[in-house]
Amino acid sequence: MKRFVVAVAFVAAVAIAQRSQAAPPKNPFEGDADPVAQGRIDELVLGRLKQLGITPARVCSDGVFVRRLYLDVIGMLPTAEEARQFLQDTDRDKRRKLIDRLLERSEYADYWAMKWCDLLRVKSEFPIKLWPNAVQAYHRWIRASVRDNMPYDRFVREMLTASGSNFRNPQVNFYRAVQSRDPQAVAQAVALSFMGVRPESWPKERWSGMAVFFSQIAYKPTVEWKEEIVQFDLEKARSQPGVQTLRAAAFPDAAAVRLTPGEDPRAAFADWLISPKNPWFARNAVNRVWFWLLGRGIIHPADDIRPDNPAANPELLAFLEQDLIAARYDMKHLLRQILNSTTYQLSCVARSDDGRGEANFAQYPLRRLEAEVIIDALCQITGTTEHYSSIIPEPYTFMPENQRAVALADASITSPFLEKFGRSSRDTGLESDRNNRPSAAQRLHLLNSSHVRRKIETSRKLRALLGADPKRAESIVEIYLTVLSRMPTDEELQVAKAHLKETWGDAGPRDLVWALINSPEFCYRH
Amino acid sequence: MSGTSRFEPVSRREVLVRGLAGTAGLLLAGGRAASGADKAPPKPPRAKSVIQIWLAGGPSHLDSFDPKPEAGNDYCGPLNNPIATNADGIRIGELLPRLAKQADKFSIVRSMTHGDNGHETAAYLTQTGRRPGDRLVFPCAGAVVSLFKGYEAGYKGLIPPYIVLTQSQGRFSEAGFLGARHMPFATGGDPAQQKFMVEGVVSPGLNDQQQAKRRELLRKLDTLGSVLKTDPALKAFYQSEDQAYDMILGDGAKAFDLSQESDDVRKRYDVNWGTWISRTRFGQSCLAARRLVQRGVPYITINFGGWDSHTDNFKVMRQLLPDLDTGLASLLADLAEHGLLESTIVWCCGEFGRTPRIDWGAPWNGGRNHYGKVFSALVAGGGFKGGRIVGSSDAKGEEVKDRPVYPCDLLGSIYELMGIDPGGKLANPMDLPLTVTPTKADGIPMAGRLKEIM
Repeated sequence: MKRFVVAVAFVAAVAIAQRSQAAPPKNPFEGDADPVAQGRIDELVLGRLKQLGITPARVCSDGVFVRRLYLDVIGMLPTAEEARQFLQDTDRDKRRKLIDRLLERSEYADYWAMKWCDLLRVKSEFPIKLWPNAVQAYHRWIRASVRDNMPYDRFVREMLTASGSNFRNPQVNFYRAVQSRDPQAVAQAVALSFMGVRPESWPKERWSGMAVFFSQIAYKPTVEWKEEIVQFDLEKARSQPGVQTLRAAAFPDAAAVRLTPGEDPRAAFADWLISPKNPWFARNAVNRVWFWLLGRGIIHPADDIRPDNPAANPELLAFLEQDLIAARYDMKHLLRQILNSTTYQLSCVARSDDGRGEANFAQYPLRRLEAEVIIDALCQITGTTEHYSSIIPEPYTFMPENQRAVALADASITSPFLEKFGRSSRDTGLESDRNNRPSAAQRLHLLNSSHVRRKIETSRKLRALLGADPKRAESIVEIYLTVLSRMPTDEELQVAKAHLKETWGDAGPRDLVWALINSPEFCYRH
Repeated sequence: MSGTSRFEPVSRREVLVRGLAGTAGLLLAGGRAASGADKAPPKPPRAKSVIQIWLAGGPSHLDSFDPKPEAGNDYCGPLNNPIATNADGIRIGELLPRLAKQADKFSIVRSMTHGDNGHETAAYLTQTGRRPGDRLVFPCAGAVVSLFKGYEAGYKGLIPPYIVLTQSQGRFSEAGFLGARHMPFATGGDPAQQKFMVEGVVSPGLNDQQQAKRRELLRKLDTLGSVLKTDPALKAFYQSEDQAYDMILGDGAKAFDLSQESDDVRKRYDVNWGTWISRTRFGQSCLAARRLVQRGVPYITINFGGWDSHTDNFKVMRQLLPDLDTGLASLLADLAEHGLLESTIVWCCGEFGRTPRIDWGAPWNGGRNHYGKVFSALVAGGGFKGGRIVGSSDAKGEEVKDRPVYPCDLLGSIYELMGIDPGGKLANPMDLPLTVTPTKADGIPMAGRLKEIM
């Protein structure tokens, strides 16, 4: 490949240097340090890698870390100023402190609520059909739960046992955000969301036995447009066929079922589910969060837990499960555990070509940013905004001009950009509802669309940042900090300077911004 | 979404029609299953490309392809002089004189029906063949063709397999559960302008040389790529970038460059209003579609909106029908002259027809409303016979008189001609046993594919 001739020579030289003196390579992505275990997670991951004879990646540079952490915790880029402050900070404990700070930001709630809303299928339109008012209520509750760090077992129990109006008791929307209200389909959604399991792969009786717990739900309309009461149907449960049906209730692990006549069977199910002894509940939670942060589940795919899909590192999974239970399902505790680990802080530059490295977390895997994160980042870099609205279904939804895409409640909001970049359809709650694969249409959009071009050309923020003389070297540094959250390397500085010299006025810096937002370093978590 | 009677109560008569259709569908399905057991080899495709002309808003069937001059002024208003065509016994609306000279090339289905009167739901129904509001969002025809004839099926073209000229219709008419990979590429821009600014492909103020120079800068500054040169994630990224640049700098942009056509050819698609001639977005979109067919693009949708003539229907018809007439007639002739009509299906309809009875009162002033019970579709090329009429509506165009055609019947026929088995498996994320077009188990009315003109 011609494009890499220079780079290949550079990397080859580095590789030789590595072999002779083990000096870290000169790239802006790796730090000097070899990975050292910081806690139990690292002991288990690094230990496993050692066992396999796989050299883990080096710890990532500060520039990579600050960007990665912002993206993973709050779904935004650090501003140039935030990046600079972190890079200049000499505190040895600055990474831990940044983790704590970001977990308290309001954008943390926005971003992690988005993940949960993908899973819990928060959208107005079909096939889910929550409709706009209920979407707002449900999203607000999910976001508040994330913000307040509601213990995860309570979060789930509240949804599973909820009764009431979809506008006033937002948790009941769990039972409305399903493609079908058939008990089997509800059971399928519960299993996928909170057990990481696809009951399609189960024996039929297990699925139908679980469905019984959801067979006594009534949905009643009110006089208010699209309001609906979701509740336990006592009459139905007491009727002859109801009693008959309830006898067939069975937990998926075959634990004994004791249902009290006249009581909501959903409560019995929820209690079984969130029990520390449940084989799926904590496992699914930690595995999903691990997947969200590290791009690959310990069991992978993260939403397909079954006996013939074993964990890559069972001890690691067991540790995280026990640790979450011991922390009383404190999700921020789980996040801190992972984010502070060396494993999470490894660079994306692999030092081993062993094919098993990826599944064993030998390096941080590259992943394209989510649609919402990309557009928010473009807005942040250029100081521009996007307009979001939806005329279907009624009532119309119009979002304020400064709305961030990550904080959108409704996956039905019309946005060709978000569609093109594969935002979650929220149709099934499968992780695959979101599509982060690159496509030619996406590349055309970033490279050459009037949308992105206008953002760069009309950006007052960039103009202000360039100051009176856009050809200064300082402009280049500011652009790098704004777009890539790091300082330019000497080589980059030379290329950029040469380009500014050749071009006229603002065109040079604009080209530079254009080139950086089109680099994989911008488009990918790394 | 207009609030008016989106789900009209089904009339008794319609129940009858549906019932009959159901029986017919059952018989057909039975026959198919029997021959399926013999493992009849799939028929080779007769069509390679589809051009869908989508008259968004729903055009009046009475004013276009199903005129009813005998129904009186309350039904046909001032448009009460249908014209003869070059096909025996076929008359069409008087505002379609150019199409009248091409009638040997197309057939008209006058008994399209689905009974849905909401724009979005009817658009979904007409382009997916599925009932809206069910648990899954099915892909529309373009996405289905993209799945079976696109990159996963060996399509090697530079231009994406599913193109929309020029604006997308939105999420009711797209890829459904097939996802972003089968979304259409919407060109944006206006082909009637001096330069067709295809969004992302053609950039104002940047010539090829400047584009190449920017690309060089991009390459030089790609430090992560130079460090991780074997990463599979990046490989996919660079592949899509190469494709993008092939579009920008290579043949992709040329396909959309209508200035490569002679002036005479471009003029053919211009609407002659008698006293002046205008170059229209729709006309030039038809020309662009022909150029895309020449490059092997399997599915092109031309979105032509504005047909929602609640108010002053006849003024709207006098504006839109001449444009449709010129563009579509020129396209059919042009395709035929290039020897492409035999392998290119052209189908044209909206999501529904319009109420046959005119609302003369204020504020409608001669308006027509949504009408899903009967409407017309035009089909041509790619194995569809020309010069025929399929089905009919009653004397006032209010009910299907004979041979109902449901959207899934029309779509199934198109798929069959494209070599896509309508009964074949349709991949989906939940791995449900879905077929390309509905089966009788789906409970959707159907009356069989258009064998009479295939």
